[in-house]
Amino acid sequence: MQAVKMVVTGPFSAGKTQFISAVSEIDVVSTERRISSAAEQIKETTTVAMDFGRITVGPDLVLYLFGTPGQRRFDFMWEILSEGMLGFIVIVDSTRPETFREAKRILETFETYASTPFVVAANKQDHSDAWEPDDLRIILSLQNGVKVLPCVALDKESVKNVLLELLYSVLERMDEEDR
Amino acid sequence: MALKGNLRDFSTTQLLNLINLARKTGTLSIDGPQPAQLSFREGKLIYASLGNGQNDLAHVLFEAGKLNTKQLQIIQSRAGRTSDKQLGHLLIQAGYVTQSDIIQSVRQHVLDIVYKLFTWADGHFRFDANRLPEPDRITIPIDLESVIMEGSRRLKEWERLQHELPNLDVALRFTERPDARLRNINLTVEEWRVVSFVNPRNNISQIARANNLSDFQIRRIVYGLLQAGLVEFVRQQRTAPVVSKTNSTAPPAPEPVEQQSPSVKRSVVHRLIERIRNL
Ligand SMILES: Nc1nc2c(ncn2[C@@H]2O[C@H](COP(=O)(O)OP(=O)(O)OP(=O)(O)O)[C@@H](O)[C@H]2O)c(=O)[nH]1
Ligand SMILES: [Mg+2]
Repeated sequence: MQAVKMVVTGPFSAGKTQFISAVSEIDVVSTERRISSAAEQIKETTTVAMDFGRITVGPDLVLYLFGTPGQRRFDFMWEILSEGMLGFIVIVDSTRPETFREAKRILETFETYASTPFVVAANKQDHSDAWEPDDLRIILSLQNGVKVLPCVALDKESVKNVLLELLYSVLERMDEEDR
Repeated sequence: MALKGNLRDFSTTQLLNLINLARKTGTLSIDGPQPAQLSFREGKLIYASLGNGQNDLAHVLFEAGKLNTKQLQIIQSRAGRTSDKQLGHLLIQAGYVTQSDIIQSVRQHVLDIVYKLFTWADGHFRFDANRLPEPDRITIPIDLESVIMEGSRRLKEWERLQHELPNLDVALRFTERPDARLRNINLTVEEWRVVSFVNPRNNISQIARANNLSDFQIRRIVYGLLQAGLVEFVRQQRTAPVVSKTNSTAPPAPEPVEQQSPSVKRSVVHRLIERIRNL
């Protein structure tokens, strides 16, 4: 049995739990807590330990999706989470520009942990005030090879697309390494 | 007068009861899996040390997370013969720790040791009346009644876990049952660390070592994960994984402790793509 791991990260309330729930065949194992700190009180619960989702491919192969906790005080989990991952997805709430700087910090931190491919999901594109993926690319100063994908985490097809694009990037990276 | 014997015949619980009731002063030495020493003043536990070394204040504060590795190294290389009490004063003055950090950390260190002794079933012991720790050691009086109660409670739990999970040489894997009872599981950071090492190639002892967990702690966590249906035992066929890793010619490490999927084959990625397309 081989277990393949992908990490879903991003700022507080970006939609990480929603993203994993959309495709996981098990109820997402997460630790939602009511939020205590006033600064972060824009929604009722937050993920305090991790999200954990699963997609079984066959009797010998399974994909695990690990979501990082949203609040900063759990940053120390990131490095543990990133070990052995196939790739990672940075989810950004496209409607909240005040979180873009944080998204950039998270992205850069994960890059230092592992040189695996990653994609950015410009989430909540169903909102009229969502910023364009192309604008996010500039704001996050991403290299051309990095994909910024429009996403609505409430929509399974949209989430599938992000996962597939990440897997395509993984294949492309393998091709490059073979050359 | 001679208070000596073997834990087989006179248990830790009984010894502590006696010391408490007789309001004894002195040091109890036990030759268990590691040498241990407990000191008492008028029936109160005041100091404990286990094994050789690692009982000094710098280590105690490091283990309690009050000092980081770098600070520990600096203290070890520079502090020389500074006594625990002196070091404590210096650290408080320098603003690294507070007095209550020190008291709490030392107290916790002592309790961790004494609770461990409750699980020892064998070992010679000897009580030396009026022998006390070196005067430079920081001592904190702790009531034995509560220690005995908590120790007994833990012993019961330890015995149950030992019974449920006698063998730590087996590996774990995630369950495949889609109906696994995964609703509403709350994982702590520690549990999560363990989860991230779940892999048919890592046995439970290895996971414990990699995460610096005691047998008791790892048993407790694994038992919880098993009960929750999140993981299951890997049956005793430690063969090569069905899907070989990219670099199958690499020699296997003697004591592998692996996180999931260090490397993945192209065919695996294709299968993942196929599966997600059909979700
Ligand atoms: N309209 C819309 N709402 C979304 C979308 N994705 C997530 N949400 C909502 O945004 C809120 C935050 O989503 P979560 O999935 O809890 O975010 P998170 O990143 O897990 O949050 P933390 O764990 O607290 O960091 C929830 O109310 C979601 O229902 C989206 O694409 N569109
Ligand atoms: Mg969440």
